[in-house]
Amino acid sequence: MAEPILSIEDLRVEFDRSEDKVYAVNGVSFQIDPGQALGIVGESGSGKSVTLMSALGLIRENGKVKSGVVQFEGKNLLKMSSRQLEDIRGREIGVIFQDPMTSLNPVMSIGDQIMETMLTHHYAGHREAFDRTIQLLHEMGIPDPKARFKNYPHEFSGGMRQRIMIAIALACEPQLLIADEPTTALDVTVQMQILALLQSQRERKNMSVAIITHDFGVATNFCDKIVVLYAGQVMEMADTSAFIQNPAHPYTLGLKNSIIEVGQRGRKLEPIPGMAPTLTEPPTSCSFADRCPFVTDRCREELPKLRSVESNHLVACHRAEEVLARAN
Amino acid sequence: MPTNPLVKVENVSKRFRVRGRELHAVSNVSFEIEAGKTFGLVGESGSGKSTLGRLVLRLLDANEGRITFNGKDITNLPNRQLRPLRQEMQIIFQDPQASMSPRMTIGRAIEDAMEIHKIGTKQSRRKRVDELLERVGLPSFVKYAFPHELSGGQLQRIGIARALSLNPKLIVCDEPVSALDVSIQVQVIHLLQELQRDLNLTYIFIAHNLAVVEYLSDEIAVLYLGEVVEQAPAEKLFKNPSHPYTQVLLQSILKIPEDPSSRQKMTHIQGEIPSPFNPPSGCTFHPRCPFATDVCRTQKPVAKHVDDDHKATCHLIG
Repeated sequence: MAEPILSIEDLRVEFDRSEDKVYAVNGVSFQIDPGQALGIVGESGSGKSVTLMSALGLIRENGKVKSGVVQFEGKNLLKMSSRQLEDIRGREIGVIFQDPMTSLNPVMSIGDQIMETMLTHHYAGHREAFDRTIQLLHEMGIPDPKARFKNYPHEFSGGMRQRIMIAIALACEPQLLIADEPTTALDVTVQMQILALLQSQRERKNMSVAIITHDFGVATNFCDKIVVLYAGQVMEMADTSAFIQNPAHPYTLGLKNSIIEVGQRGRKLEPIPGMAPTLTEPPTSCSFADRCPFVTDRCREELPKLRSVESNHLVACHRAEEVLARAN
Repeated sequence: MPTNPLVKVENVSKRFRVRGRELHAVSNVSFEIEAGKTFGLVGESGSGKSTLGRLVLRLLDANEGRITFNGKDITNLPNRQLRPLRQEMQIIFQDPQASMSPRMTIGRAIEDAMEIHKIGTKQSRRKRVDELLERVGLPSFVKYAFPHELSGGQLQRIGIARALSLNPKLIVCDEPVSALDVSIQVQVIHLLQELQRDLNLTYIFIAHNLAVVEYLSDEIAVLYLGEVVEQAPAEKLFKNPSHPYTQVLLQSILKIPEDPSSRQKMTHIQGEIPSPFNPPSGCTFHPRCPFATDVCRTQKPVAKHVDDDHKATCHLIG
């Protein structure tokens, strides 16, 4: 087994608010292997973006990484200076954000923005960077790259802007790409185009990808491994096949039942009752207990640890065996 | 064919002038909706689905065509006569937070609509607020809260309660669940279904999530660049999509595979929706259509029957 390219261990992140604290990430651990596509799924507030962004040193001012280790190529990113992190972000780790309009510079041509990444990171000289920019725009399926080089972000559609973001992220041939909801704001046909693009880049460069998504369809079709987050904790982590066939956490099961798919007219809906917890206290028992159909007294008293139920399949649930038996 | 539909839209078109240029938002659209049914509108951003919903409610005025509500032609009805009818046609928006005043308590916001339409007394309205909150599954103390204190799912329930306060016959649901998490989506969809059953509501359901539209709708129209390219009962549309655009849309949906070997290949779909300022000649879908022929590039197709209640606007049919 090769060394993982990224390994997050026991990451804890808190945010200070005027009156209280939010415990956003509560001991999250997972690894991404070289060439692997990892899907991080969960609902709003589950900590999926905060986990990866704080691992990269991108965290809001009121946020604080309380503990944890983030190993990238044998180095702990959490111990690095912001200068060192800047060198890694954009060069060895590419990042794509959900909303390309707010992450692109509105007063700089898109060609210059792609080139800038390569020049800042001393990846290429001026001439080379220009040629590579044209080539990247071409690979991203942007017609007439030479003419479009000088255009500004507002002159492109949402789908085209997202391709430009991807071009920037891929410019320095990173080993790892982190994509935060890269297709959420897009129409289905454009989503398919963007995922096809990421897939082909991944296969050609053996690049690892961590994709943050709330869409199980995207996660199960694109990723090799899936992590389910809830209340800032890993509830379940499994190879995609195990995730599809043997979900072992009641929350995963509930989410899967919540998804309406094509061809399900007349299916009875089974909403997960209640709402996600507010996270103003660190968890001391199972955070899902109040919404869980499998709940017992133990769940309300003891925090379930992430444990193995089969090979490459971890679950944080006291009753995982019963869930497995019931689901199958 | 329904004999006495609640909503009848005939050959409706809407154009906007944007910086001196003309944008065809909706072109020559016709459909009917029977009371108590759900009519789904699907299509990508810019296809005209929200504009169409607003035309039906007369929140926008059509340039051409006729809109009939409950047997009455409302196309050119003056505001004063339209006002009592407005109670009967309501709308729920995608972003419930943006559609509510941040300075008004939830109770006030629900009461407001009844007050404007002079329904009941102050006391009876307050009582109605409690009833409505219960109806949408929220505790009555929520009425003292401000919008920012509630979650997206709770706010969407308030949006529904507010629409219900006027006892409408028709509700246009414009992307009502797309901003919500999946577990909350299901709760809201469940509520919408329940209300329709209990109150015999008619819905126009607008969404880009095809599975949700299929789930809720009796009949569906697929829009592309402001035109209906296909229209059919929900089952037929999904079982036998006949317009190449509908086929592309359905192929783009990523389903959770039954087992890992049946994972979907990421297929590359050609092009993007063209600019509505300058729509392509002939069939507007031809630049992206895998089956386009010369006739598609030059001649505008007309709607053809695939089946008695299933129409598609494509040269290659029939």
